[in-house]
Amino acid sequence: MKQLRYVITDPEGIHARPAALLIKLTTGFSSVITMEKGGKSGDAKRIFAVMGLGVKQGEEVLITAQGPDEDRAIKEIEDFLKENL
Amino acid sequence: MLTFHGKSVFGGIAIGKIYVYQKDNRLIKREKITDPESEIARFQKARKEAVEQLGELYQSSLRKIGKSEAAIFEVHQMMLEDLDYVQSIENIIEGQKVNAEYAVATTADNYACMFASMDDAYMKERAADVKDVSERVINVLMGNKDSSPEMTEPVIIVAEDLAPSETVQLDKDKVLAFVTRLGSSNSHTAILARTMGIPALIGVDADFKKLHGKLGVVDGFKGVFYTEPEESVLQELEEKKRQEEEKKNLLLSLKGKANVTLDGREIKLYANIGNIKDLALVKQNDASGIGLFRSEFLYLEKDNYPSEEEQFQVYKTVAQSMAGKQVIIRTLDIGADKQADYFDIPQEENPAMGYRAIRICLDRPEIFKTQLRAIFRATVYGNLAIMYPMIISLDEVHQIQKLVAQVKDELKEQGIAYKDVEEGIMIETPAAVMMSGELAKEVDFFSIGTNDLTQYTLAIDRQNPKLDDLYDAKHPAVLKMIQMVVDNAHKAGIWVGICGELGADTDLTEEFLKMGIDELSVSPGKVLPVRKKIREINLDKK
Repeated sequence: MKQLRYVITDPEGIHARPAALLIKLTTGFSSVITMEKGGKSGDAKRIFAVMGLGVKQGEEVLITAQGPDEDRAIKEIEDFLKENL
Repeated sequence: MLTFHGKSVFGGIAIGKIYVYQKDNRLIKREKITDPESEIARFQKARKEAVEQLGELYQSSLRKIGKSEAAIFEVHQMMLEDLDYVQSIENIIEGQKVNAEYAVATTADNYACMFASMDDAYMKERAADVKDVSERVINVLMGNKDSSPEMTEPVIIVAEDLAPSETVQLDKDKVLAFVTRLGSSNSHTAILARTMGIPALIGVDADFKKLHGKLGVVDGFKGVFYTEPEESVLQELEEKKRQEEEKKNLLLSLKGKANVTLDGREIKLYANIGNIKDLALVKQNDASGIGLFRSEFLYLEKDNYPSEEEQFQVYKTVAQSMAGKQVIIRTLDIGADKQADYFDIPQEENPAMGYRAIRICLDRPEIFKTQLRAIFRATVYGNLAIMYPMIISLDEVHQIQKLVAQVKDELKEQGIAYKDVEEGIMIETPAAVMMSGELAKEVDFFSIGTNDLTQYTLAIDRQNPKLDDLYDAKHPAVLKMIQMVVDNAHKAGIWVGICGELGADTDLTEEFLKMGIDELSVSPGKVLPVRKKIREINLDKK
């Protein structure tokens, strides 16, 4: 299992467009990937789950990946978050 | 003439015929079915077709409006492919033995409620997206075709509200403005209006049905919608519209252009901001950097001292958003007219000359060091610089240097990354002007704060309205001081800018350039007018 903590800096938080881009990325991995915020957790491959967390600027998310490609998943998700959020 | 008021989501004036956009209202009936399996298959077929339709909409809006607006249809596709959403519909069909239309509508309501109950204005509006995609599936199930209205001339679209799939199908060349009864500043109509740069009013409480075909005027500046306007109103707004178009063209033609004079002298043209919310304005107005980031808002918006972490997040965000462009953070300038109760600053006889800015910071180094640590930690995320306000002596600069060295040592010890950055001072006291030769050897740049410099030089309280006529920022004494500062800065090989209001005065731009000013930092709205002025100046001309 691999984990990553990240504080969102985008003023709009995880809004619809970056959520969609994130899901495009996560669905490409076979690992189970979840996103957690303040005790609430959701499947990071499903748009309603990700948007449903309502992550705002300054809030921290915890990404967890478990599966054969977990290392690559966390690495690429980290790059994506830094670039877009 | 009728006059309606609403909330404006984008400024501008539109004059044209009113087109009332109505959608068919139909009821979804709950019907019992006997074969859930084939009903699920029917739903899946409709869902796939809806996904395909969205793919086409994505392509066509990509061509018609652009990538950022088209992206919403990708989001819509993902919603229809979301397993939770699909399973919810299938469970309802199977468990309740009901028709697919009803199952989709029920699920849509549930998800819409989830979004509507979120404590974030943007997310609340996403309820409309869920309804819109679900509507699309229901339309396919019921065999309805997409229909978009035919418009023969440019019109003002008036509607209850518009779903994203409706707005995208409108012929963009034929839309002058939007007026809706519902919606919010985060609704798609609002987002689209901003993307297209056309006026839009929301929350306009009018009986729309009778307006179709009549002449309308939308004043996006004042948030007013007139129908069948009187001649005088029409004339006034036509004139306003003409002026606005002139201004817009000017701005468009100046975006992305260098701040360079006809004879090739280039200077830095930065923006002043007082809050992280102003970042959008900086980008819209194409400033080459931030010349004055007033950090006071971090303190003034709070009931207690902001923590290092809070401050760090803000500085980091600014550094990152400006993507390599310079951001000059001015350290805390509190006191005088800017007070926060928790600082416990006693009532003063003469606060403008009182306990303020760097004087507080050096007297209470724990507050100052917290801010310095936060700034230095953020230095690795972009191109930051720091400037210190209200300097009157070399001794103050030496004290600051000592504290900065301590902060850096502590960060190094703790293994926290930071970069060395340009550090400068504000020249806003006559003392600093007179000492500018010595001060220039100690710092990387000067930024002249003309507002305070004028008040201290002329001995005129700028808060006193009786003295307004005497407060003359163009007083020769002030201009001579600026020249002296520039000369001393250049002698020591450092750059010098102006971040006071005087910097935006286009009557003086040429004079500043002749004096040798290297940077002007002005409010975001003034960036392009000043750029225009700079580009018209020829310093070679005698």
